[in-house]
Amino acid sequence: MKYTYYPGCSVKATANLYQESIDSVMPSFGVELEELEDWNCCGATAYMSVKELMSFAISARNLAMAEKFHRDVVTPCSACYLVLNKTNHYFNDYPDMRKKLGIALEAGGLSYSGNIRVRHLLDVMVNDVGFEKISEAATSKLEGLNIAPYYGCQIVRPFYYGCGACSDSEDAFDDPDDPICMDRLIEATGATSVKYSMKTKCCGSSLMGTEEKQALKLCRGLLADAENNGAHCIVTICPLCQMNLDIYQPKVNSLFGTKFNIPVIYFTQLIGLAMGKKPEELGLNKLAVKMTEPMKQILQGA
Amino acid sequence: MLEREVVYESVLDHDFLDEIYSLPGGHEIKKCIQCGTCSGSCPQGAVMDYAPRKIFSLIRAGFRDEVLESNTIWYCSSCYTCAVRCPKEIKITDVMYALKRIAIKEGKAKAGRKAAVLSKTFMNMVNKYGRNHETELMTRYILTADPFSAFNFMPQGWRLFSNGRLPIMPHKIKNIEQLRKILKKVEELGEI
Repeated sequence: MKYTYYPGCSVKATANLYQESIDSVMPSFGVELEELEDWNCCGATAYMSVKELMSFAISARNLAMAEKFHRDVVTPCSACYLVLNKTNHYFNDYPDMRKKLGIALEAGGLSYSGNIRVRHLLDVMVNDVGFEKISEAATSKLEGLNIAPYYGCQIVRPFYYGCGACSDSEDAFDDPDDPICMDRLIEATGATSVKYSMKTKCCGSSLMGTEEKQALKLCRGLLADAENNGAHCIVTICPLCQMNLDIYQPKVNSLFGTKFNIPVIYFTQLIGLAMGKKPEELGLNKLAVKMTEPMKQILQGA
Repeated sequence: MLEREVVYESVLDHDFLDEIYSLPGGHEIKKCIQCGTCSGSCPQGAVMDYAPRKIFSLIRAGFRDEVLESNTIWYCSSCYTCAVRCPKEIKITDVMYALKRIAIKEGKAKAGRKAAVLSKTFMNMVNKYGRNHETELMTRYILTADPFSAFNFMPQGWRLFSNGRLPIMPHKIKNIEQLRKILKKVEELGEI
């Protein structure tokens, strides 16, 4: 299974541990990720706040460059996933925008038909690889490891490929309010997916830089719900969610007087652990909140 | 005691609604039934000057400055929860983006000064390199928005750096000229 890979800026920097685990794990499942050459930033939420058409134009450059490969574009980042999909939707939904974007791309010697499908890596893992293969690869059954499945917001929001805002569409890969695919993936690794009612609540994203107190409050809620449900760790799929919950966890503790010590890992790191890979191979040594003793004991026993 | 200021019809901006209508998908706000699902779903609703339902009401009544100067639009973190739950399928997050852009353009982003600086710095970074360089973005943002807060960011910066997650050098895309040509063309065509 070959895909065009769009890593996104974070995965190349503050989320490099995500990339390390992807590199380590994906080949075992026959998932070949060929990086899109010379890709540029999707624009995230910030660019759109200043210039709309420009943000769609830079995002469309990636889709236009990817088109000649006739493969699905896959990204591990929720923000890239949402923005690239949104560009696709609006390109197809608003003729005026399509026309202008076409002219702009042409100035750069590119063209785009609007037919590239953008998918999240989690979608590829659960739907193309499948739970059965993940379970087969999980030789170190992680029994006794309790995990809170944290999807974050943007992965299950209105710009799924081909589905618009309707969660009951056959194309949607999960529900916007109560997704379950990662819960099932966790169970496939032999670990236990705990009840996590905050699974799609916002982590505050870039508010952490501008309205820190509010973002820390949101993170406190996410950490508290994981702790109250007996989770040893949180598993996520988004670079910004991971950074806010991991890097800022000590700050949450100092501001609210809490004592959270909950590692926040990527779903690909979890799969790697279940395959018996060493933590360093999966970038787990780069966590700010290190793996706890109970977690290590479960892994050693596995 | 409840105090109310009387607002006269004549001081309201009735073109504001047309302005919002003219945006892609903007006419959808006509469909708002004021049910409050958006406000109830918003993770930031409690700290906003006006939660989203009230913003729609204010837009329709022509309270232009109140809307553009509110902290609401800057507290929106683009989680799109309101947008997927809205029974009338209004693209609420997009309306918030539109309001951010108008507020920045007209210098009315006082309540969101820091967020506006962050967004503009991000945009400049992408225009310069083709990619976002997180280290430079945060450094520039802090120096522009609030140099005294640098102290506040240091422990987090250190946590990233000491764990090998903070690259010093930016990555510039090879064909940055192509990207710039595309952007220049958009500028000629005019924003939507």
